[in-house]
Amino acid sequence: MDKFIDILADALEMEITDIKANDKFREYEEWDSLAVLSVIAMIKQNYGITIPRKEFDSLLTVEDLYNYISANKG
Amino acid sequence: MGAKISRIEYYLPEHVLSNEDLIAQHPEWNSQKVEKKVGIRNRHIAGSEETALDMAVKAAQKLFNYVDPSLIDFVLFCTQSPDHLLPTSACIAQDRLGLRTNIGALDFNLGCSGYIYGLALAKSLIESGIAMNILLLTGETYSKYISDSDISNRSIFGDAATATLVTESDNYHIGDFVLGTDGKGAENLIVRNIGAKNSFRAVGDEYPELYMNGPEIFNFTIDTIPPLVEDVCKKNHLDKDQLDYVILHQANKYIIEFLISTIGLDPSKCHIDMLEYGNTVSNTIPIALKDSWDKGIIKVGDSVLLAGFGVGYSWGSTIIRV
Repeated sequence: MDKFIDILADALEMEITDIKANDKFREYEEWDSLAVLSVIAMIKQNYGITIPRKEFDSLLTVEDLYNYISANKG
Repeated sequence: MGAKISRIEYYLPEHVLSNEDLIAQHPEWNSQKVEKKVGIRNRHIAGSEETALDMAVKAAQKLFNYVDPSLIDFVLFCTQSPDHLLPTSACIAQDRLGLRTNIGALDFNLGCSGYIYGLALAKSLIESGIAMNILLLTGETYSKYISDSDISNRSIFGDAATATLVTESDNYHIGDFVLGTDGKGAENLIVRNIGAKNSFRAVGDEYPELYMNGPEIFNFTIDTIPPLVEDVCKKNHLDKDQLDYVILHQANKYIIEFLISTIGLDPSKCHIDMLEYGNTVSNTIPIALKDSWDKGIIKVGDSVLLAGFGVGYSWGSTIIRV
């Protein structure tokens, strides 16, 4: 999880200390349409996973993202 | 017998929509981020009475400063903003440009992959002996499908038109193509409320609205384009390292940089320049080709990979020898 937060912080151009597992990431000040692409790109690049939009929309917290990746990475 | 691109000209409408203009209308908008990450500062927007066909005719007239129009024996026009649903805009272009009447003309409806398909069609017409000097036009005015409040799409798309002369050649300057289609993506980039499907309710009632599902388009691109580039290199018996230059559809800087790193291309050999144009749909590749040629970035003998991808979904790639 720490490594994931590290990568997520990089994608969102945020400090690691500002990201917690329970955070609803869409509520971050940095969240916008470009941030969506950054997170999708980050997940593809680091874990080789393409998240369909509908499934992405159902993920709410940082931990949801992490769990999705853990369950789907090859 | 092969085919080659003999000359390209383009036309940009006069009105420029800058990031400053957009901020004035949307103070909450982060223009610095858009310029840095998306790579767009200005986009040209067609006048209210100016259409894709008007612009394509102007681009062709620029071409005819160098080319004898009586040589043209086929007109191909790529647009998703035709003047009318019928008649065919390419037929009107034939008349407005004063071209011969014993020639073929047709429109084809494609977006960001359109120029590649246009080259494929032109090459096929030439190699089958149907035509020898083809006027390949692209023209697009997505701005007419975007409302003032849609800041995301307004910040990305620009209007433009281009005219390319594709001619018969002794050598195979336009190489082999790899093309692809997946209509499952139709819903992700669509103007839904105009056309026969909706009984034209949009006219005078509702504004025709471009809908783009950015994340899904991004997913499609990052899944489809890396193998497309591999396949077209293989088909043309070239290694990626042998490419002198790569022009991907200039969708936005962020996507192109991601593709360059994923595919493992040399960034110094890849075109990224949409700062002054935005994403001009089927026009980005011919504009990039002309700019690269005029600036001396590409020169005679270079192998240049071209790849277009987007609405449809539709994608295609070829390698040209300049």
